Amino acid sequence: MPDGRPDLPLMRRILREPRIIFGLCILGLMCLAAILAPWLSPHNPLEQDLLFSFLPPSWQENGDPIFFLGTDNLGRDIASRLIYGTRTALIVAIVAATLAALLGTILGMIAGFYGGKIDMLISCAVDIWMSFPAVLLSIVLVAVIGAGLHAVIIAIVIIDWTRFCRVMRAETMVQKERDYVSSAVTIGLSRFRILFQEVLPNLLPLLIVLLTLEMGIAIVVETILSFVGLSVASDTPTWGNLIQEGRQYIHQAPWLLGLPVACVVLSVLGLNALGDGIKEVIDPESRQ
Amino acid sequence: MSHSYFFNRLLLAIPTLAGAVTITFILLRVVPGDPIAMMTGPGATEADIAQLRAHYGLDHSIAHQFVLYLGQVITGDLGTSISLRQDVGELIIGRLPVTVELVLIAMLIAASLALVLALTGTFWRDRWPERLVDSFIGVVVAIPDFLWALSLILILGVAIPVMPIFGRMDLTVSFDSWTNFYLTESLLRGEFEVTRSVLHHMVLPAVSLALPLMAITTRVLKSCLNAEMNREYVTLARTRGFSRLKVIYSQALRNALVPATTLSGVQFTFLIGGTVLVERIFGYPGIGNMAIDAVINRDLPLIQGLVLTFAILFILVNLLIDLFVTFLDPRLRHA
Repeated sequence: MPDGRPDLPLMRRILREPRIIFGLCILGLMCLAAILAPWLSPHNPLEQDLLFSFLPPSWQENGDPIFFLGTDNLGRDIASRLIYGTRTALIVAIVAATLAALLGTILGMIAGFYGGKIDMLISCAVDIWMSFPAVLLSIVLVAVIGAGLHAVIIAIVIIDWTRFCRVMRAETMVQKERDYVSSAVTIGLSRFRILFQEVLPNLLPLLIVLLTLEMGIAIVVETILSFVGLSVASDTPTWGNLIQEGRQYIHQAPWLLGLPVACVVLSVLGLNALGDGIKEVIDPESRQ
Repeated sequence: MSHSYFFNRLLLAIPTLAGAVTITFILLRVVPGDPIAMMTGPGATEADIAQLRAHYGLDHSIAHQFVLYLGQVITGDLGTSISLRQDVGELIIGRLPVTVELVLIAMLIAASLALVLALTGTFWRDRWPERLVDSFIGVVVAIPDFLWALSLILILGVAIPVMPIFGRMDLTVSFDSWTNFYLTESLLRGEFEVTRSVLHHMVLPAVSLALPLMAITTRVLKSCLNAEMNREYVTLARTRGFSRLKVIYSQALRNALVPATTLSGVQFTFLIGGTVLVERIFGYPGIGNMAIDAVINRDLPLIQGLVLTFAILFILVNLLIDLFVTFLDPRLRHA
């Protein structure tokens, strides 16, 4: 690092970027909802009360303020179910995105840095991988592994490591040609040390951007698999399960579909804005 | 046009296809849960089960099954569906036209909207229309087709119920199709009531598929157009008195389309994968919807056949894009 306090102006730039602020707000809200779910939820998300089924949100006609966002076909409180659903979404987003990043980055760095046969092998695997329709592959994978949260996470990692691998391979190839790498070679550092101690820190900004975007993708994939009925058990409140249930009563109770869709859309928009914002701050050249 | 170029592209497709066949085969042979047990009722005898096993080739070793499977695939025999008890090839061919028509219409919508938006953004560069296009694209690109489908159902199917949200056409319309290409066939046979109904039902699924693709394509095309607008030939044409619109349309666009198509071509293949969910959501009877049923029923032969079909569609779209690029750029024909 050439500068004494390089992070100060960067922090200021980050705080000036509206997309980062928006994204951090959404992410912060999601974390709060996920951690504080038992205290924030007005009701038990699994508690059924058939006397109060299909209540609309409280601001609509016939709405009941006790059930702020209404109830579903079994009289379960939608607000509480949405709050608990945030937990699943966030767990999948963080764990799956991190693992996919880990696998993809290591393979991408090795391919980009060592080149030759190992690069050919990894690149070929990525090409074949990417020629599959991702949605179909994830559905087939989960059907093979068996439904459940771990299966969803494994499926996302198996499919999406390629996103990281491609970008990291290309970026490692760029970094490899930089002067600091030849300097490191000259002073006799091992190739392994150069790769992980010198090159890796320079890949981090890009990695953070990809990671943020991947979190959004992971949330969508979990929703999709819940929707198809291949994620966690259907009595666990997840956004995808809520969407799947809401789809059945679309004319009778459109809020059952609308509210969870709004949650997924907002979180995906937030994470995307965050990723795009960070990309712009760390790499002003990407601006057109 | 250089034949060897296309021959090479076709050769490149072989490893992809082989990979697709191998991976699905391996994946599906480790499926927990016995497909035969799912087919037979509780009253089935050992002999019945063994007979079914032999019928579906499940009694051989894995390697032997793979060789058998490869042989069948090459001869075009995809086996018999376990859940529907029909020939997999026939089942897929029956449903394929539904998906193909949907995909083509969606691509058409995406490409034409992208063209209009990119031209608008370029013509009014640095003015409010460009900023409007940019912010619109910024929001659209973040949301995947799955969420667009659900949002469009809520907005145009329930809140303002102007669009049908289920099925391929109205139940009141009957159409005895020979080919299952409803749209093309009804047009050719002059049954426009059918065409109208099919198109009406196609709007929401096709737009859901098209929106994310449109956003990415607009972004790429717009930046390619902007790059072209800084080139000397554009300045020359302007000094010779051609209007800005004419220069963009008749000169810059043609040059910008080549890199734009090459860059966004991959996105067109992603649209095929999107049909799986969008067809599911809209109850559209194509191969995507069928694929989800096949997975839920653990119908191995059908899943394998469908994955293979999807892989072939991917390769075909890639080839089409290559063809389009060579058509646009004469230099590539002799490369």
